[in-house]
Amino acid sequence: MRRSNHPNYSTHIFGKNKLVISPWLFLIPGIIFFLIYVIVPIFQSIWVSFYEWDGLGQAEWVGLANYVELLDDEYFYTSLKNNFIWLVLYLLAVPLGLFIALFLNQVVFGIRFYKSLFFFPFVISQVVVGLIFSWFYNPNFGLLSQIFTSLGLEPIAILSDENLVTYGIIFAGLWPQVAYCMILYLTGLSNVSQDLMEAARLDGAKGWRMLWYVVLPQLRPATFISVVVTIIGALRSFDMVAIMTEGGPYGSSNVLAYYMFETALSEYGFRLGYGSAIATVLFFIMLIYITYFLWRLYKNEKEA
Amino acid sequence: MFPKPIAARSRTYQRLYKIALPIALLIWLLPLLAIFMTSIRSSVDINTGNVFGWPSQFLLIENYTEVFNRSQAILYLKNSFMITIPTVLLSVSLACLAGYALAIYRFRWSLPIFFLFVAGNFVPFQILMIPVRDMSVSTGLYNTILGQVLFHAAFQTGFCTFFMRNFIRALPFELIESGRIEGVGEIKIFLFIVVPLVRPALAALSVLIFTFVWNDFFWATVLTQGESVKPITAGVRSLNGQYVNNWHLVSAASLIAAIPPVAMFFLMQKHFIAGLTLGSVKQ
Repeated sequence: MRRSNHPNYSTHIFGKNKLVISPWLFLIPGIIFFLIYVIVPIFQSIWVSFYEWDGLGQAEWVGLANYVELLDDEYFYTSLKNNFIWLVLYLLAVPLGLFIALFLNQVVFGIRFYKSLFFFPFVISQVVVGLIFSWFYNPNFGLLSQIFTSLGLEPIAILSDENLVTYGIIFAGLWPQVAYCMILYLTGLSNVSQDLMEAARLDGAKGWRMLWYVVLPQLRPATFISVVVTIIGALRSFDMVAIMTEGGPYGSSNVLAYYMFETALSEYGFRLGYGSAIATVLFFIMLIYITYFLWRLYKNEKEA
Repeated sequence: MFPKPIAARSRTYQRLYKIALPIALLIWLLPLLAIFMTSIRSSVDINTGNVFGWPSQFLLIENYTEVFNRSQAILYLKNSFMITIPTVLLSVSLACLAGYALAIYRFRWSLPIFFLFVAGNFVPFQILMIPVRDMSVSTGLYNTILGQVLFHAAFQTGFCTFFMRNFIRALPFELIESGRIEGVGEIKIFLFIVVPLVRPALAALSVLIFTFVWNDFFWATVLTQGESVKPITAGVRSLNGQYVNNWHLVSAASLIAAIPPVAMFFLMQKHFIAGLTLGSVKQ
């Protein structure tokens, strides 16, 4: 609040208005860019979702017809269901990341190197992660089938099994996401208050109780960011699906992000209006989390 | 420190921990290790089912050279750099300016604009896809490097502004105030007082954005056509289509695609983690 009470610097060209105009000079380039490429397209997409359009000819206003069609589209429901599975299972990255962080939060020779190597999967492109796991799951020579065979079991072709495929992709997706959550927790753990731990120790707290009542509350900021980035990541899942299965077999591993792309831009036809309707649904699902995040941010700003 | 430092535990426990550590790492990186082993095998090994045994030949140099000879990997890599580096420069500069404005000046629109940047950064790409592609086609930016740079830079500006604003806000405000009292202009204050202080933030953001943009696949698919301006991620994907049953080459190509961000991470580790974890720890 103190910041609003600047004295006047009337010796300058802008005079009293200097502090009114200056912020806009700094902001304009970024804002224009962001409006053109991010904010305005959101509204354009919602607008397009009320049209039937192949991207070339005349767009035809169809009102809510695209949304009505969605209600009867079984691929849409499969994608929605898969997004839900993604959301729930992807959140396992948070406790798993915490687990690995606790495992690595020690002082031994070479531990920094170990931490970096554990973080590795996050730095690699999801395209590469997808390829690695397609290969890992390959029923003919993949690592998984070798493990199954050596145990005397029949290898399973996970990526061509309608009931398993989504879980297979999510498992692959968890690999980098766990690494991400791990690094957030490792940083959080290095800031845990020694005094509180010592006090709790004197009170006889240790192990699980110490973790639950003393450490985890202090890790709340790390948990919050982990949950946010994991949810966003789950809803954004596109690369893995595109690389590993292209939504198949028979649309069984589709998610909204990929289904939208498929309807609007692939050989299955250029239905831009219908695609936009799918994107709009995805956007409003995401908006729930965005609003929640902004609300938290707003509360923090008020306190600061 | 939590959990209890192992130095305070029994010797057996310490020994067990030191054994468990490399085993855990091995399991964690097993998929990566397996793909590396594949990338140095001969195609004969793969076709005869020798995928996990000892390679009959070590073809590290041969296989990687073959990727470059048989595909346009060099072109893809060049494209990736030409997309990524300008994007980093552009988005970090724009965000530096915008973050400064949002952190230092108090005006009515400060918080709403800040929230706009943050919210935009989280939207699903699909809601932007059709209009951005359409706009790129109509302005001639479709299937160009510049078209990809402009989009990425604009999009990343959201995250970067969020980051810079919070970073600048944590700086001691007295420095800026004393500059103003001395009659230093706003632009000079920005250039000579603020920019030197935010250097760590610039480094952190640069490595992060480099990684994000390098690893992009979606926009490469949406905004390009054909091979000429494709980045390496999309390139590897099309190689995967061409080289059916040439897993040793696909593996090698994948690892080539992964090297630059991995190298970036190892060289700038401190900054990378500082960037990633901003906001996850209250100071």
